[in-house]
Amino acid sequence: MKFTWNWLKDHLDTEAGMAEILDALPMLGLEVESIEDKGKELAAFTIARIVEANPHPNADSLRVCRVDTGDGEIEVVCGAPNARAGLVGVFAPVGSYVPGIDLTLTEAEIRGVTSRGMMCSEREMMLSDEHDGIIELDADAPVGQAFAPWAGLDDPMIEIAITPNRADCLGVRGIARDLAAAGFGTLKPLEAASITTRVASRVKWAIDLPAGQDHLVPRVSGRSFIGVNNASSPAWMQQRLTAVGQRPISALVDITNYIMIDLGRPLHAYDIDRIKGDTLTIRLAHNGEQMEALNEKTYTLDDTMLVIGDADGADDLAGIMGGQRSGITDDTTAMFLEMAVFDPISVATTGRKLNIHSDARYRFERGLDVTSPDWAMDYVSAMVMDICGGEASEIECAGPGADWERSIAFRPARVAELSGVEVDPGKQDDILTTLGFTITRDDADHWQVSPPPWRGDIDGAADLVEEVIRINGFDAIPELALPRLSVVGHPAVDASQKRPHSLRRLLAGRGMMEAVTFSFLDRKTAERFGGGAEAMQLVNPISTDLDTMRPTILPNLLSAISRNAARGEADAAMFEVGPVFPGDGPDDQRTVAAGVRHGTNAPRNWHGEPRGVDWADAKADALAVLAGLGVNTDSLQSMPEAPGWYHPGQSGALCQGRKVLAHFGALHPSVLDAFDLRGPAAAFEVVLDDVNLPKAKGPARPLVQLSAFQPVSRDFAFVLDAVVTAEQLLRAIRGAGKPLVSDASVFDVYAGKGIGDGRKSVAVSVTLQPVKATLRDEEIEAVSTAIIEAVAKHCGGELRG
Amino acid sequence: MANTDPATLQSDTIARIEAADSLDALEAIRVDSLGKKGSVSLAMRSLGQLEGDARREAGQQLNAIKESITTALEARKSTLAEAALNEKLASETVDISLAPRPEAEGRIHPLSRTLEEVTAIFAEMGFTVAEGPDIESDYYNFTALNIPPEHPARQEHDTFYLTPDAEGRRKVLRTHTSPVQIRTMEKIKPPIRIIAPGRTYRSDHDATHSPMFHQCEGLVIGKDIHMGHLKGCLIDFCRAFFGVDDLPVRFRPSYFPFTEPSAEVDIGCSREGGGLKIGAGDDWLEILGSGMVNPRVLQHCGIDPDEYQGFAFGMGLERIAMLKYGIPDLRPFYDSDLRWMRHYGFVPFDPPSIHLGLGA
Repeated sequence: MKFTWNWLKDHLDTEAGMAEILDALPMLGLEVESIEDKGKELAAFTIARIVEANPHPNADSLRVCRVDTGDGEIEVVCGAPNARAGLVGVFAPVGSYVPGIDLTLTEAEIRGVTSRGMMCSEREMMLSDEHDGIIELDADAPVGQAFAPWAGLDDPMIEIAITPNRADCLGVRGIARDLAAAGFGTLKPLEAASITTRVASRVKWAIDLPAGQDHLVPRVSGRSFIGVNNASSPAWMQQRLTAVGQRPISALVDITNYIMIDLGRPLHAYDIDRIKGDTLTIRLAHNGEQMEALNEKTYTLDDTMLVIGDADGADDLAGIMGGQRSGITDDTTAMFLEMAVFDPISVATTGRKLNIHSDARYRFERGLDVTSPDWAMDYVSAMVMDICGGEASEIECAGPGADWERSIAFRPARVAELSGVEVDPGKQDDILTTLGFTITRDDADHWQVSPPPWRGDIDGAADLVEEVIRINGFDAIPELALPRLSVVGHPAVDASQKRPHSLRRLLAGRGMMEAVTFSFLDRKTAERFGGGAEAMQLVNPISTDLDTMRPTILPNLLSAISRNAARGEADAAMFEVGPVFPGDGPDDQRTVAAGVRHGTNAPRNWHGEPRGVDWADAKADALAVLAGLGVNTDSLQSMPEAPGWYHPGQSGALCQGRKVLAHFGALHPSVLDAFDLRGPAAAFEVVLDDVNLPKAKGPARPLVQLSAFQPVSRDFAFVLDAVVTAEQLLRAIRGAGKPLVSDASVFDVYAGKGIGDGRKSVAVSVTLQPVKATLRDEEIEAVSTAIIEAVAKHCGGELRG
Repeated sequence: MANTDPATLQSDTIARIEAADSLDALEAIRVDSLGKKGSVSLAMRSLGQLEGDARREAGQQLNAIKESITTALEARKSTLAEAALNEKLASETVDISLAPRPEAEGRIHPLSRTLEEVTAIFAEMGFTVAEGPDIESDYYNFTALNIPPEHPARQEHDTFYLTPDAEGRRKVLRTHTSPVQIRTMEKIKPPIRIIAPGRTYRSDHDATHSPMFHQCEGLVIGKDIHMGHLKGCLIDFCRAFFGVDDLPVRFRPSYFPFTEPSAEVDIGCSREGGGLKIGAGDDWLEILGSGMVNPRVLQHCGIDPDEYQGFAFGMGLERIAMLKYGIPDLRPFYDSDLRWMRHYGFVPFDPPSIHLGLGA
């Protein structure tokens, strides 16, 4: 919402200066977004006349002008094609700042001629984009005077942000009313002598709505003006409209725009001579009905849309935009002025369907003063006749009138209860009354408060409290610490909420970078990674790259690594702990920890050759994550089963019984290709929701068992079928060696010459930990035999000869 | 040799020992003196030719000689061994200016860090964390929050919609974490003190907007919680988070459909010298939205607004992270540029906490 300082003062009688008002506005909830003070900005710019314009001796495109500044003559070099003797323009002296070129002028030598200032274009003064030449003022403009006040540019423009509830402040008058309530002067009465006339309107209203739809048009008024002269609007009006970013068009159009900003009350003006018939009917459009709006676009309508039409059909999108066919032209001499209240929801719905954004729609859908058709017409009429002449008809009204009067039960004590600040009931009364509310008292403590017709947002007692404390000032609200619930605080997170935090630290501690990537990606990639169902696609993505909810985090990490690789950093280890979306139900979302390592495990260094990352790196990450989640990783089984984005021979799942807790492995070469990665790459994924919280056993640990006896280590090498897994072999060894075997691990795997096709040799180191006494040779012998027999029985393996 | 005078034998041998310049030479001397056929051994053997006291005396003398030679041998041996070790070590000298084996260093994302700081502060004020789904129904994201379908505030939310189901119901990506407030109030009875951090989405993409960003909202419901508590709580938060004890905090009237009265919260800053400094100054930065929970919202959740009232607030985590840590641009938060992560990321071993500090 833009307005000017003087415009505000048309409505507000105040002694306060602009700085004071600017400080007050945000504290009333009217956030100041920008201020433009051309008077200040162009203070040094004066009106000057070019006395003589001669060709520049050294440049064809330049002229050397002798300029009468009113304070002597000065030589200025000018490149404008219209620079000529006799032209009256705007002169910027040396030392002034020219905003359009962001330059403070100095005396400059231009191709050998000294220039002492500048004749300016509109763009250089940031008045418009006009830059075809220097500005040309009226020949009788007073040379030597400051330009901005002469041009009416010395009225500062103020722009404020209006929250959706404050439709009343979409007019200058509403802002003045708030300031008056806050003690910054008084709201001036709106002067509008009623016009006595017996002339009937040449245009009549008809409302033709299906039963039960009357609420769409609560009230509409109109008036005909005959014999108007639609020339240019007066300079003061043009200056104000220009200052707030409205282009002056013609007097009648300008008046409608001016009133929209002045009162927050959009109007529509018809050329009576272009209306077919003598009746404007407010109705729902016919399906397929077409209309060319004032923006010169043709819209196809449906039967939910409220329109106003004549005998030739719809020519006004009620509350949104008028039509071309019956609109005002420069030649209009008979005008019919529409002042309506339409249902805000209807305006919003139609506006959204047709994708039309207009100042009128913006105001209608936020809610107008619903009584304005009955009181504002004379105010506007006076302005029309003052500027354009002509004769006004009687006011033509239709609609039952809006049902806006309501009363809200209110206790003045509620202000302190809800806001913590005591405001004297007398002051509360003053504040509410100045804002236009009316109060009746059941008793001193129980009031009935009725909001004014321009405050459709007021809904209950809480809104009244807000009005009181807003005007009383938020600074008066006390600052109270929240009462402490316990002396020593409790954790803010529960065991499962703590997990992502712990895992982030764990994975970063393993040398990986935490990434936060978007929850969406492109559909094709989503499909490649097991997602992309229709329900998971966005209807209105910001781009097709981001149109589907992610089924897994990996593709986003791969994209990130690919971008880094393209920048020359191919080795990367990245993880993310975040949501994935297998479905759109409230319980479908899962939290996943996922990571990718790409390239080599280390940069090149003098200690040795780095190696490429592989599935075992990812398995280590997955195991570390599961251990971090409290899983006993000794009990996990590795199953050679993983989703299709992994290398089918170098990937797997870590399972607890049949339950998959993690996937890990080298990535499929086709995935690397898709992300333009050279590889190698390995990844893991753990769905946190699938990993049960460890059973709560209290903080105490079981007693530690520390044997006093030396452990003994024995090595075995078994020859087995290649398909027998290390896990099967170790399980057989541990089972056979119970309880002496405390550890068994593979330290060599060999396949090839001397072993036989389809066979492999696996070397295992077994640690025997005696508990009761030092092991004797026979005991070691007995365990070894048991191990060898078990491996033969369960794994078909034999000791390597 | 047997005829040599024992004293001479001793002094000669010890002299030879001290002159020995290698372990080999030393060994030769040992063999020569104490070995089976060595001079001392031979002298010992010849003792048998003596009788009585003379034999005992000579024996004692020879034993003393043997001992002194042994001691001298040991001493010389350790001297030589040390010299040899020193020489060996000298030969093993490396260029210690070379780099050690490389180790990867991971970093925590500034958003995770910021969330932990925020959580730590609100934990101190008795809040717990509540969470909810990113994909929401229209009801939880809007209607329950007093934003009916045609409310102008909906248009300002730039909502992402998912493909409607067969019945035409379309889910939304939550535009704020406020639905978590609703879900919490439906689930637990007052008093309530929660924060709801999480991902949020709006279809807006430019230098200062990302289609996905993070919010942390808060909700306090009780019988006598009023706007003074809102003010105190948020002032306490802002000062703790930015680590500025006298940070000016300003509350301005504003509007949110789900709170009434509503307030925007600004913190003081100064832009003197071109840089932005959080603290007392001549300018303000908007960082929070807040307000007293609208009675209609309480009603939607089955809480009697005549009995309970409270406040809610919400902030953008990216914004407060950028302000606190001087991160100039929003978009790199999601770009995963390793250089950015190394620069703005946090080491994993120094988590924020009240007792060890919040990194302010």
